Amino acid sequence: MIEKTVNQKAWFLVAPVVAVVAFNALIPLMTVVNYSVQETFGNNVFFWEGVKWFEEILHSPRFHDALLRQMLFTGIILLIEVPLGVAVALTMPRRGPWVSVCLVLMALPLLIPWNVVGAMWNIFALPDIGLLGKMINGMGIDYNFTQQPVAAWFTTILMDVWHWTSLVVLLAYAGLCSIPEAYYQAARIDGASAWAVFRYIQLPKMKRVLTIAILLRFMDSFMIYTEPFVLTGGGPGNATTFLSIDLVKIALGQFDLGPAAAMSLIYFLIILLLSWIFYTLMMRNEAQ
Amino acid sequence: MKNFKWLSPTLYILFLMLPIYWLVSMSFKTTNEILGSFTLWPQEFTLSNYITIFTDPTWYNGYFNSLTYVMVNTLFSVSVALPAAYAFSRYRFLGDKHLFFWLLTNRMAPPAVFALPFFQLYSAIGLFDTPVAVALAHCLFNIPLAVWILEGFMSGVPKELDETAYVDGYGFWHFFVKIFLPTIAAGIGVVMFFCFMFSWVELLLAKTLTSVAAKPIAATMTRTASTSGYELGLLAAAGTLTIIPGAFVIWFVRNHIAKGFALGRV
Repeated sequence: MIEKTVNQKAWFLVAPVVAVVAFNALIPLMTVVNYSVQETFGNNVFFWEGVKWFEEILHSPRFHDALLRQMLFTGIILLIEVPLGVAVALTMPRRGPWVSVCLVLMALPLLIPWNVVGAMWNIFALPDIGLLGKMINGMGIDYNFTQQPVAAWFTTILMDVWHWTSLVVLLAYAGLCSIPEAYYQAARIDGASAWAVFRYIQLPKMKRVLTIAILLRFMDSFMIYTEPFVLTGGGPGNATTFLSIDLVKIALGQFDLGPAAAMSLIYFLIILLLSWIFYTLMMRNEAQ
Repeated sequence: MKNFKWLSPTLYILFLMLPIYWLVSMSFKTTNEILGSFTLWPQEFTLSNYITIFTDPTWYNGYFNSLTYVMVNTLFSVSVALPAAYAFSRYRFLGDKHLFFWLLTNRMAPPAVFALPFFQLYSAIGLFDTPVAVALAHCLFNIPLAVWILEGFMSGVPKELDETAYVDGYGFWHFFVKIFLPTIAAGIGVVMFFCFMFSWVELLLAKTLTSVAAKPIAATMTRTASTSGYELGLLAAAGTLTIIPGAFVIWFVRNHIAKGFALGRV
């Protein structure tokens, strides 16, 4: 850690960033707050409604269902992507020509536009023309993600694992590469088992990067919109309607600005609260 | 056990490549072949899908629009984030920790929340349907990320470097541009990669803030898919072309990519 000096003039260095981000963040946020406490029937006529929309959203089964689906989805993908990512990173080569090949190929899904990811998985998983759909049906399992909720969930989760596990792999790999060779030699001399090496050398060294991985994956999966929207459109029925999809439906589809704004704020606060917990834990780790 | 270690990354990469293969192979098939029969590779190899894209301005303009706002956003985000990251990594000032967390909260804001207010804001200031609007809007999440990563890289540079330079009589900006920036060149490369990446893949805001003139390629794709029947070959070709800039950019930063994803904090 660098010893920092007190210098109030540093504010001049951060001022441009603050100005641009504030312009993008505060004005829209105030607009949302504005809508969330008013009722409108168009023509820019607004009526004060107080906290009515907030109460309505907090008590609406529709919001509860979307939130529950969202948490379930985020929970499942974290449980799959983090262990899988660590496992792949552990078996990756540390040096030699294959390192670059592995890294470039693994990073590829991260740079594909999100709606292309959705479209790609759509044509990959369709039961009549898709490779995956054909294969699963060929094994005698009835699979059609456009009609069966279970198949839709399976496809959405598989797509997210495909899309984002590499992020965990790259982070874990960076952590592993920072371990000096001497640690492994010491472990060999002590006759440590592979598990002991993982538990007492590799895992502690990866702790910091894994926290970042979990934080990023949590935030991004909680905001997921484009990929499931293109893949399933939130269906069949409402089976894969996550929070963002529901929000866009209410705001831009039905143009119910009040409820949509109230829901936005509640949604944002949930992410903020959970991320703050992560962030505090992370900072405590770094301080140690 | 040791000899089979290559198996797990290989299987994983195979899993990653399968959907991409399917997309690329479909882009070389005719619509008849896609819908009529199930084939593992193109039987009647055709380039017509690509020819359509390269000759129709509504298609290739989409690429220009996307690349324009991505590049404007990358350059802008990095240039304002550099001094800010320096301030966070070197100085303590009133409200620094709160400010840093506030910046990060913007990385946590779901774009869905901001879609409608952004549309109204950028319409009001007359930037709607220009690449600049999208470039500015993407700053919402790219600047915080750029500051976060750069701060990590800059904290790895010993402070003695700054002090020596000041003793030698360098002014702040002279030192910053001539000595400090070249020292963290790898970090800057990584940050540009990330800004490029997140601006390139985002669609919700890009689609909301444009209608005709500045429509991004990804939005052109969705429109085609829905209006003119299901032209899957064309869709696949357009999708394949969106992968290429990303692959190109990864190749440049491949040696720093792992450290970059760790936000310079390994």
